[in-house]
Amino acid sequence: MPEKSADKKPSFSDTFSVAGGNFDDAGRVSSRIKGILKKMCLPFDVVRKAAICTYEAEMNIVCYARRGDITLSVDEDRVVIEAVDEGQGIPDIDLARQAGYSTSTAKIREMGFGAGMGLGNIDRFADDFDITSEVGKGTKLVMIVNITNGS
Amino acid sequence: MKLSEVQQILDAEIVVGLDQMQREVHTAFGADLMSDVLAFARPGTMLLTGLTNPQVIRTSEILDIAAIIIVRGKVPPPETVKLAEELKIPILKTRYILFETAGRLYRWGIVGCVDKVDAGKKRG
Repeated sequence: MPEKSADKKPSFSDTFSVAGGNFDDAGRVSSRIKGILKKMCLPFDVVRKAAICTYEAEMNIVCYARRGDITLSVDEDRVVIEAVDEGQGIPDIDLARQAGYSTSTAKIREMGFGAGMGLGNIDRFADDFDITSEVGKGTKLVMIVNITNGS
Repeated sequence: MKLSEVQQILDAEIVVGLDQMQREVHTAFGADLMSDVLAFARPGTMLLTGLTNPQVIRTSEILDIAAIIIVRGKVPPPETVKLAEELKIPILKTRYILFETAGRLYRWGIVGCVDKVDAGKKRG
């Protein structure tokens, strides 16, 4: 039987922990992930799109969750970033995805975030984006950037 | 244009990156909302902003911003300066307001990294 692409093991996979509420460190994991992708010599645009998606997801964990894990997996076709948090969850995902909808605090806005654009930005830069959430438990984002040369 | 020329045009103070003033820049993006910067700024552009927190540096690193111009005389806190030094992202500080900063640079040939955003498009 030929190997199905869904069963293929990623050639690289690593998980990074993100602390909720730690604004001083917000973005550190995204920087690290961007560095890893750059070292793999992936196309510039793939690295950039994946880094932006990761950063928005990381900011969401820092701003709204108790903690979370971001897992980076790379195979020859695509970069997959999974951000899973333990937090309040999102009661109405369709509403949360609407541009401009926000539950942010003054602290978050002071940093230049919290304008209800995060999920929209992920949607803009990911080739595939899926979000699931359970109220009182947490939220999971799966973001995929396809690796195509000259993308 | 070199960053050293930007510094002269804006009567700016070099906060970080004295050794990087030969870097060439051609475009700029101005915003105080980092999500807008993430959505629209292009690699190699200058970021004009009135925000001074470390997230400005992180955002710039993620996007490969060439230099940050802090406007309205704002003073970046030590943690911002430290992170910019670590990541080697130049910071210039000017007392001009955002409008004046943009106008003065434009007059010398610096243009927006995008001129207009697309209506309801999927990708930036």
